[in-house]
Amino acid sequence: MSASGEVLPEGTKGVVQDFASDKQAFHVPWGKAMMWIFLLSDTFIFSCFLVSYMTVRISTADPWPVVSDVFALSFGGDPIPLILIAIMTFVLITSSGTMAMAVNMGYRKDRKKTFWLMVATAALGATFVGMQAFEWTKLIVDEGVRPWGNPMGAAQFGSSFFMITGFHGLHVSAGVIYLLVVAFRVKNGFYEKRGGNYEIVEIAGLYWHFVDLVWVFIFAFFYLW
Amino acid sequence: MAYVAIADRDHEIEHHDPQTFITKYIWSQDHKVIAIQYGLTAIFVGLVALCLSVMMRLQLGFPDSFSFITPESYYQFVTMHGMIMVIYLLTALFLGGFGNYLIPLMCGSRDMVFPYMNMLSYWVYLLSVIILLASFFVPGGSTGAGWTLYPPQAIAEGTPGVDWGIVLMLVSLAVFIVAFTMGGLNYVTTVLQARCRGMTLMRMPLSVWGIFMATILGLLAFPALLVSAIMMLLDKTLMTSFFMPQMISGGEQLGHTGGSPILFQHLFWFFGHPEVYIVALPAFGIVSDLLATHARKNIFGYRMMVWAILAIGGLSFIVWAHHMYVSGMNPYFGFFFATTTLIIAVPTALKVYNWVLTLWQGNIHLRVPMLFAIGFIFTFIHGGLTGIFLGNVVVDLPLSDTYFVVAHFHMVMGVSPVLVVFGAIYHWWPKITGRMYSERLGRWHFWLTFLGTYSIYLPMHYLGFLGVPRRYFAMGDTEFMPQSAHDLNTAITISAIIVALTQILFFINVIWSLKYGKKADPNPWGATTLEWQTPDTPPKHGNWGHELPEVHRWAYDYSVPGQDQDFVPQTVPASEVPVGRQHGVKHE
Repeated sequence: MSASGEVLPEGTKGVVQDFASDKQAFHVPWGKAMMWIFLLSDTFIFSCFLVSYMTVRISTADPWPVVSDVFALSFGGDPIPLILIAIMTFVLITSSGTMAMAVNMGYRKDRKKTFWLMVATAALGATFVGMQAFEWTKLIVDEGVRPWGNPMGAAQFGSSFFMITGFHGLHVSAGVIYLLVVAFRVKNGFYEKRGGNYEIVEIAGLYWHFVDLVWVFIFAFFYLW
Repeated sequence: MAYVAIADRDHEIEHHDPQTFITKYIWSQDHKVIAIQYGLTAIFVGLVALCLSVMMRLQLGFPDSFSFITPESYYQFVTMHGMIMVIYLLTALFLGGFGNYLIPLMCGSRDMVFPYMNMLSYWVYLLSVIILLASFFVPGGSTGAGWTLYPPQAIAEGTPGVDWGIVLMLVSLAVFIVAFTMGGLNYVTTVLQARCRGMTLMRMPLSVWGIFMATILGLLAFPALLVSAIMMLLDKTLMTSFFMPQMISGGEQLGHTGGSPILFQHLFWFFGHPEVYIVALPAFGIVSDLLATHARKNIFGYRMMVWAILAIGGLSFIVWAHHMYVSGMNPYFGFFFATTTLIIAVPTALKVYNWVLTLWQGNIHLRVPMLFAIGFIFTFIHGGLTGIFLGNVVVDLPLSDTYFVVAHFHMVMGVSPVLVVFGAIYHWWPKITGRMYSERLGRWHFWLTFLGTYSIYLPMHYLGFLGVPRRYFAMGDTEFMPQSAHDLNTAITISAIIVALTQILFFINVIWSLKYGKKADPNPWGATTLEWQTPDTPPKHGNWGHELPEVHRWAYDYSVPGQDQDFVPQTVPASEVPVGRQHGVKHE
């Protein structure tokens, strides 16, 4: 009501009115608005995972394994700390680049390039998951890390590691499938029949960039701490 | 460049009517059918939970008189009653049921923005209910850990249902959250992006505001429950130690080491407190509309009501640890959480004042929905005031885990929302079914329920002051409990049975109305909101016929001076009835 409007600073009311205006709060497709909201919700899931990991890392009485030793890989010579993770992170960040280019090509309606860039993104994502599988195998088979315990120290190390990277890996795998579905639909002209609208490429891209961003946090909190 | 809203683009306007019985009523993508499916399922599990509460009361009122109630099964009843009522009944009914039915109709949309996902939401919800109910039939029965599922006892040997019940409970919760997320994304996006022409946010009925904000709370709070369910599931099945400390059980050292049980409590209540408002905010919104409609008066302080909903929603995320005062925490944290908790009382009290002021000098029609709405004001003030007691650390400590707490949360998030659920069902019944219900049966239903629940929960406050602990299977002989308190327990049980039986009246009314009820007028209450202006009653697929409605005013033009009828529907143009200064938007 006007009474509450007048106490607000000049211009604030206009902002509220603009946002509240007719029909749509955001001038974006429904799917994009929904993806934003979903990602916000998903952010809370990953935040809860990471906060829980930090809490148990503090609460456990056993020493935490030295991550740079655990995640080291030897190519014949001395083990190089974090080398696999560095490559994995590089691959995933690169996939964000190809995804951004795919979005651009989508808006230019260059279906062929969009398709190939999305396939490249999916391939990089699949590579990431593959390397993750390698990392898991190494930890489980060679180093004897299990969800309930490991020879290096606190049991929570293995449980948090498998839970968080596993949940993230599921996100990447789902993203690879999602990207491929959209890519083939772009190629088949599915979206041409729906008014030649390629916003879906950007919506898939939002999800993909989010998954990459989450990885950066997992990388920082799990591997660098 | 003229921006064409998505709802107006050609391919969105085309809609295909479902043809067969199966696409129309079973695999339906129509928000109204999905709403009814959600509603029926939720009410069904709610009845299961009601029966469980009667069993609990039988044991408490007449200890050791029933051989089929063992201490184990008693804890299973307590747990399943709480979880079903809070999540599978109230959350599902308010958001999946009323949210689905009302959002598109009140916002002037044809359907939810993604109907297919909306349909999936219901079926996944049904799956979660089936998993939950399956836990009654597995070896060892359902979990008896209490609805808060606190570790370590929830997954430690000795708790009923520790083998299978707890696993099914956690899986069911995770599945429920998936279902809720699919529905919730739809509700939020529909409100934000698919309103009809002229329906600005500040003209939306408060029902939509309440459901909208509750859905946002759900989308941000359920992740914490999902994460805690996953971690507890891992603790149970893979012997991880997220929540499980090193402990000895039955003389044997368990395999767990170094987990944090308090972490679970934080995660659980980070979900659990917003959950209270997930249930309360839709009730706030709906009751505002019921009061305004049946008092023939605009809601008092519409903008304040909207901002109060938003403020309560925001604050509800920073009060969670007031559930954990007895768990032990840094005194400064207790101070912080007590302060934020009491601050929530401000917007909440504001809403209560506004409801009462809406009634003041209104032309009150004491129809059944209005009776329930006014009943809600009583029970909610009651429960709200005891909440202020419990929000203070020093008062909470002696009262914690007594019947005072049971009385408090049943008044505030049990009885109050359920009264609104009934009021809302009676209010929208003519629109949903096209038939009128029996007013006389409805009144009996209201008075017996309202007075009956008071006679259940009012004495419980007294039991709490005596120090009678909650969740105990039997009180036995204690010095602090006089004989009169035992008699009171018996009286409460009798009331509970009467209230439970009273609900039969509601179902008789439903069946009577469907069979013999008078055909309903499209707008029997003379309401202004869009759902009463549909071309068909009940509304058909697509809701609005060929053209979407156009909104010219807020939802509360009741008793506008100088008009022939005492309400002006939102669709009436300003040229016919001028839009006044108070109608939300000043510069018209």
